[in-house]
Amino acid sequence: MIEINNLKKGFGGKIVLDDVSAVMNPGQCNLIIGSSGSGKTVFMKCLVGLFQPDSGEVIYNGKNFTKMSNVDKKEIRKEIGMLFQGSALFSSMTVEDNVIFPLDMFTKDTRKTKMKRVDEVLDRVNLKGANKKFPAEISGGMMKRVGIARAIVLNPKYLFVDEPNSGLDPQTSGLIDKLIKEITDEYQITTVINTHDMNSVMEIGDNIIYMYQGKKEWEGNNRQIIFSKNKKLNEFIFASEFLRDAKDMRMLEETGKIPNHRNMEFLTDEDTPPLSEEKE
Amino acid sequence: MSFFAEVGKFMNLIRGMFSRPENWKMYWKEFMHQCSEIGIGSLGIVVIISVFMGAVSAVQTSYQMTTPFIPPETISMIVRDTVILEFAPTLVSIVLAGVVGSKIAGELGNMRVSEQIDALEIMGINTKAYLVLPKILAALVVIPMLVVISMVLGIWGGRIASTLTGIVSATTYDKGLFEGFIPYNVFFAMAKAYTFAFIIASVPAYYGYNVKGGALEIGRSSTKAVVVTCVTVLFADYVLAALLL
Repeated sequence: MIEINNLKKGFGGKIVLDDVSAVMNPGQCNLIIGSSGSGKTVFMKCLVGLFQPDSGEVIYNGKNFTKMSNVDKKEIRKEIGMLFQGSALFSSMTVEDNVIFPLDMFTKDTRKTKMKRVDEVLDRVNLKGANKKFPAEISGGMMKRVGIARAIVLNPKYLFVDEPNSGLDPQTSGLIDKLIKEITDEYQITTVINTHDMNSVMEIGDNIIYMYQGKKEWEGNNRQIIFSKNKKLNEFIFASEFLRDAKDMRMLEETGKIPNHRNMEFLTDEDTPPLSEEKE
Repeated sequence: MSFFAEVGKFMNLIRGMFSRPENWKMYWKEFMHQCSEIGIGSLGIVVIISVFMGAVSAVQTSYQMTTPFIPPETISMIVRDTVILEFAPTLVSIVLAGVVGSKIAGELGNMRVSEQIDALEIMGINTKAYLVLPKILAALVVIPMLVVISMVLGIWGGRIASTLTGIVSATTYDKGLFEGFIPYNVFFAMAKAYTFAFIIASVPAYYGYNVKGGALEIGRSSTKAVVVTCVTVLFADYVLAALLL
């Protein structure tokens, strides 16, 4: 579990992250969404320790990460896996060498044991047989999957994913989302995903935090987000006319004003508990 | 950024390199890789410039010695001392600043921009120790070796040029090499080689490690790294000459 309390971060007098608090639970995909410049990347970098917050706390399973010494932080970092927007694979290494790198650095297992683990995770991300290829020889989707394999090879407790779908076609994006969700469920990882892909939000958003101008504007799940009355959130998620029409149609179907041809199951009041902090 | 702020950041980078390695074997592997990259990778250019540097200095020394009162073996004495004192350590270091410096700045800059350094940090690896320290140590090991090779080849190049063009015979040239030899000159040259090796690896590493932006900034930082390294090498050359000679 990751607990974030009153996190603040600024650069040169400009506040980029303003008093953000949240709780992220294991086995859940926690999505941070928001438009460009809303502070979600800074938020994630503060969580993993790439930025030191000006104030506030990030607590990993009861351990205050922000107040730890660099040596103690290293121990927590060994429990963290991260997939970067550009995959951040080591370009001079093969797929296999990229994935085995954390094992070489942090374990004393035999080469045979390490290779077995590498084959396991590559198989898990459907990349069996790609061991000897270099990052330049594989597609963007494959690179993301190698990045996921490298991130999970040490069985992390926390998985951070920055823009998993950037530069990918919708079908590949869906496969990556599905893979992240499956891995989160399977290993009971606390997964934090930075995205502005609404497909991801609707597919895998167990817990969604909407950031607006450095502040947490809304929090809920993928069942609640579509019916939220938060104006800023609605402007963000229904930015296109197509999505606005889709939402209107869904509302009409729900209220019975048009026939429910798609046989959609609508949420009951129990499914969508009212949000106490909901803003209009 | 002001000069002092840059120096402060540079000192922070150097200070940050000293921590207990996460895995000695991996650090050793990286060190050996860098020895090969810096040493073997630069050997060809060092051989070529050293031979020609010695040959040219023999021909030009002979051209300037118009009086018959100076014994001919003086040519090889001058070639020997200029190669050992200045050409081998300084000229080779200037060339290596370009060859090795741009490579180090480009490699680290690319790793920074493509988030590979962030990926290593998140794994819990001290990137200053893992990426920068092996480069500096490798430079400290192999660059003095290259300088010694350059000294030998420079003097040998002078010998070849002298005998081929008939300036002096091989016997006269060899005789001059052993006359008035001061072993301290070799110590001085090696002191320069170690100092320059540190500069050649650390200054480009600083510029590469701190790149912000994209491909354009990587190119700019490589160029800046080479320029600053060359100027620092020349400045250190003067300081060492003033202090040690």
